[in-house]
Amino acid sequence: MSLVLRPAAQVRLSAINPVAQLVALGIVSVTLLTTLDIVTPTLVLLIELAMLPAAGIRSPIELFRRTWPLLLGATMVGVVNVLISEDAGPLVGLGLALRVISLALPGVLLVASTDPVRMADALTTHWRVSTRFAYGALAGLRLIPLLITEFATIRLARRTRGVDAGRNPFAAARLFAGAIFTLLVGAIRRGSRLATAMDARGFDSGIVRTNARGSVLRQRDWLYIAAALAVCVAATAASIAAGTWAPIFVGG
Amino acid sequence: MPSTTTGVQLTRWRTVDIVVTAILGVAFGVVFWAWNLFYGVAQPALTFIPAAFAVLNGVFLMPGVIAGLVIRKPGAALFASTLAATVSLLLGSPFGGIIVVYGLVQGLGAEIGFALTRYRRFGLGAALLAAATAGLSTTIMDLSLYYPEFSTGDRVAYGALTVLSSALLAGVGGWLLVRALAASGALSSFPVGQRRV
Amino acid sequence: MPTPGRVVARGFGLRYATRQAWALSALDLVVEPGERVLVTGSSGSGKSTLLYAVGGLLDSDAVELTGELTVDGAAPRAARDRLGLLAQDPDSQLVMTLAGDDVAFGLENAGVPPVEIWPRVDAALDHVGFGYGRDRQTHELSGGEQQRLVLAGALVREPGLLLLDEPTSQLDPAGAALVRAAVGHAVADRSVTLLLVDHDATPWLPLVDRVVEILPGGGLVEHPRSWRPVSRATGLTFARSDGSGSALLSTAGAGFGYPRSVAPALVPTSVDLVGGRTTAVTGPNGSGKSTLGLLLAGLRAPGVGTVRASAALASGVRRGRCAPSRWSAAELVTRIGTVFQNPEHQFLTQRLGDELALGPLRSGVLAGRAREVAFGLLERLGLTAYAEANPFTLSGGQQRRLSVATALATSPQVLVLDEPTFGQDAGTWREVVRLLAELRTAGRALCLITHDRDLVNLLADDELALGADRTEVPA
Repeated sequence: MSLVLRPAAQVRLSAINPVAQLVALGIVSVTLLTTLDIVTPTLVLLIELAMLPAAGIRSPIELFRRTWPLLLGATMVGVVNVLISEDAGPLVGLGLALRVISLALPGVLLVASTDPVRMADALTTHWRVSTRFAYGALAGLRLIPLLITEFATIRLARRTRGVDAGRNPFAAARLFAGAIFTLLVGAIRRGSRLATAMDARGFDSGIVRTNARGSVLRQRDWLYIAAALAVCVAATAASIAAGTWAPIFVGG
Repeated sequence: MPSTTTGVQLTRWRTVDIVVTAILGVAFGVVFWAWNLFYGVAQPALTFIPAAFAVLNGVFLMPGVIAGLVIRKPGAALFASTLAATVSLLLGSPFGGIIVVYGLVQGLGAEIGFALTRYRRFGLGAALLAAATAGLSTTIMDLSLYYPEFSTGDRVAYGALTVLSSALLAGVGGWLLVRALAASGALSSFPVGQRRV
Repeated sequence: MPTPGRVVARGFGLRYATRQAWALSALDLVVEPGERVLVTGSSGSGKSTLLYAVGGLLDSDAVELTGELTVDGAAPRAARDRLGLLAQDPDSQLVMTLAGDDVAFGLENAGVPPVEIWPRVDAALDHVGFGYGRDRQTHELSGGEQQRLVLAGALVREPGLLLLDEPTSQLDPAGAALVRAAVGHAVADRSVTLLLVDHDATPWLPLVDRVVEILPGGGLVEHPRSWRPVSRATGLTFARSDGSGSALLSTAGAGFGYPRSVAPALVPTSVDLVGGRTTAVTGPNGSGKSTLGLLLAGLRAPGVGTVRASAALASGVRRGRCAPSRWSAAELVTRIGTVFQNPEHQFLTQRLGDELALGPLRSGVLAGRAREVAFGLLERLGLTAYAEANPFTLSGGQQRRLSVATALATSPQVLVLDEPTFGQDAGTWREVVRLLAELRTAGRALCLITHDRDLVNLLADDELALGADRTEVPA
C-alpha cells in the first residue's frame, strides 16, 4: 500500500486504457451481483487470479498482505449467512464468500495498474466526464499524503494539551471526532486557496479545456472488454448448465 | 444562520465548490483509512456481527451528507461520497473494489434525501432526512451483497439499525460538524458561513 | 509578447460580508505597465486583500466595494486571463503530481492545442531555472523548488500582471533565495507588471522600483527610494545565559524513521536542554527538525537511542519513568510544553478563554485558579479582546501567540517551540521574543526550532544545526 499517490509503476495491465478496465469491472460486477451460486464466482475468480501477475502482484505473499482483511471478511460473511438462514448449506456460504472476494479483486487490479491522472484523462476524453470535476478531484487527490501526515500530527497534538483517552473507548471516539474537525478546517481552507490558485490559472474561464497528455482507445482495449464479457457469459452459462445458477431476484 | 437557499445557488458550480467538495471527500477517505488502520483490523470480522456492522455504517455516510449541507447543490453528496470511497480504495481498504460502488450508492441515497426538500432546506431536518435515505441505500447494498440469506424480519431489523446509526452519526453528527466548521470561519465562501461578525 | 498591465485604484475600499470593519479604505494607487511595486504593511493591514482584489479573485458575493479599481481600464475580473499568481503555500497551488503536468495545467485551461503545450512548458521550466525535468514528482520537491514550479505555471500563460503574495514566507532561507532569483529573472525584461506583497520588505528592495505601505487606519503611503525598514531586532538585547545547570531533558543518539520510508526522518542526534538556556535547532526543511521536536516533546518514542528526562523533571511521574513518551498526557503537560508549527493543530475548544484554561484543568488545577492564569496570559499577549472568540477565526500571528500562551499556562519547565515567530509582524515579533527571553531568565529550558536567524542571534545560547543530508553539523 502506497502512502503516496505516485504514478503506478508501469505493469503489463497499464497498457489497457482505464476506461476499458472500468467497463470490464462493471460487467464482472453485474454478473456477480445477480447470482448467489458458487460456480459463477469461482470461475470468475480463477480468471482474476490469473491476471494478478499482469498487475504486478507476483507472489502469493504479496497478495495475502494486500488482501488478508478481505479474506477474513469474506469468510465471516459466508459463515454468518449460513448460521442465520435455515436452509442454506455450507456450499452456499462458500459461494457467498467467493462472491465477495471476486467482486473486490478487480478494484485491486485497477489500483495496482492505473494512475489517477491517466484515469482522469481517460474519463474526460472518452466518457465526456466534466473536466472541471475530474481535475478538481485530481487536485484534491494530490493532497492525500499531506492530509495523512496532518491527521497524524493532529492526533499527537492532543497529548500536548494534557488530553488523552487512556483506556476509555468513548473518550477515544471523542478525540477522534475532534481530530476530524481540525483536519477538515485545515483541509477546507487549503481547498479554498487552491480554488483561487486554479482560477488564477484560468480554470473557471469557460474555455473548452484541452488535454496535454491525451488518451487513446486501441484495439487491445476492445479485445479486453470482449474477453471480460466472454468470461462472464461463459461462467454464467456453466452455472446454468450445472443447474446452480441462483438469480438474486427470484426466491430467497 | 440561514437554513434555506435561493434558486440562484442551484445553477453553476464555482471552482471553490468543486475543489472543496473534492477535499471533503478526500479528507474523509483519509479518516476512513486511519479508522481502518487503528480500529478496523477487526472491521471485516464485524461482518460476522451484523448488528455491529450496521451501527458503524453511519460513519461512511458522513461525507455525502456534510457535502450536501455545505455546498447545497445537486451532486455534491454524490461527488464527495464517491471520492471518499475511491480514496479509501486507493489507500488499501479491506473491502476492495466494491467500496466505490458503495460510495456511489450512498451518495445517491443522500442526494435523494436532499432532493425531497428540493434542495431548499439544509437545517437539521434535511440533514436527518438525507442521512436516512443514505442509510436505506447502504442497507440495500449490504443486504444484497453480504447478507442475502436474511429473512424478512432480519432485513427490517438490519435496515432500522442502519438508518438509526446513520441518522445519529451522519445526520446529527454531520449537522453539528457543519455548524462548528461555519463557526471556525473556514466556510466563508459558502452560504452557511456568511454572516456579519 | 505579452503587454504589461496597468493598475489604477482611486478611493478604493473593500469590506468582507462577514465583517463589520472595512478591510481597505481610501486607497489611491497607480501602477504603470512594467513597474515593480512592493506593497508592505503590518499583518492585518489588508495587503493580501488588495492583491486579490486587483486580480479579480475575490468572490463578488462575499465582498462589498467602493471607489474605483481597474486593470487596463476594465474591471479586474475581466483581466483574469492576463494574470499570474504566486501565493505562500505551494501545497495550496500545485494541482498535478508531475511537474510538467502542473505547468501544462494553465495552458490546458486556455484551450491551447496539445502539440503547442509541451514546448512552452519546457521553455517556462527553463525560464525559472527549474532544476529537474517534466517527470519530477511534485511532492518530492523542496519548498523553494515547488514555488519555482508554480511560478513557471504562472509565466507559461504569458501574463501581463504578476501578483506575488508573500511567496517566500514559508520557505527556508535557501528556498527563499531561489524564488527571489527566479522572480528577478522573470521580470527582468519588464514585459510584465509586478505587484508584490510582503511584510518583510528588506530582501525585495533591490528588485522593486517603488515601495508603498498600507496604513492600518486606511490609505496608502509611498516611501521614497532611500527608505529602509527598521529591523525588528533593533534595540533588543538580552544577556546570554551563564547558566551551566544540569540538563533537564536529553537525547542520546536518538533517531526516528517512519516504517515505510527508506531514509530516516531524523538521524541519531544528541542534544541537552538545560534550565535557563536556549537551544536553537536549525537546518533546511526536511533535515528532521520537527521530528526532533516530537521526540523531545514526548510525542514519539525514538526508533534508536534514548530520550531521557532528568530526575528533577521526572519527579512525581507515576512509576518514575524517565522517558517522556511514556508519560500520561496530564504528566506531560506540566513538565514539557510544546508549540506546533501549525497552531490550529493544537486547538481543542471553541473559545479562547477555554483554550487557555484547558491545560491547567487537565493537570488538576482548580477551575478558579485556571481562569486566573488564563486571563493573566491573555493580557500579557494582547489577546484580551478576543477572549470570547473562536480560536480558528484568529489571524495566523494571533493564533501563534495563543498557542505559546496555552503551552505556558501549565508552567512547564521545558518548552519546545516549532517556528514560534512565524507570521509575526515587527511589533508582535518583538513581543514574542521578549516573552521567550523572560522564560529563559526564569530558569526554563527552551528549545527553538526555527529558520529565523534574527531570533537565533538574539536568544540562542546553543545551536544544533541539522544538515540537509540529515547529518549532524557541529555548531
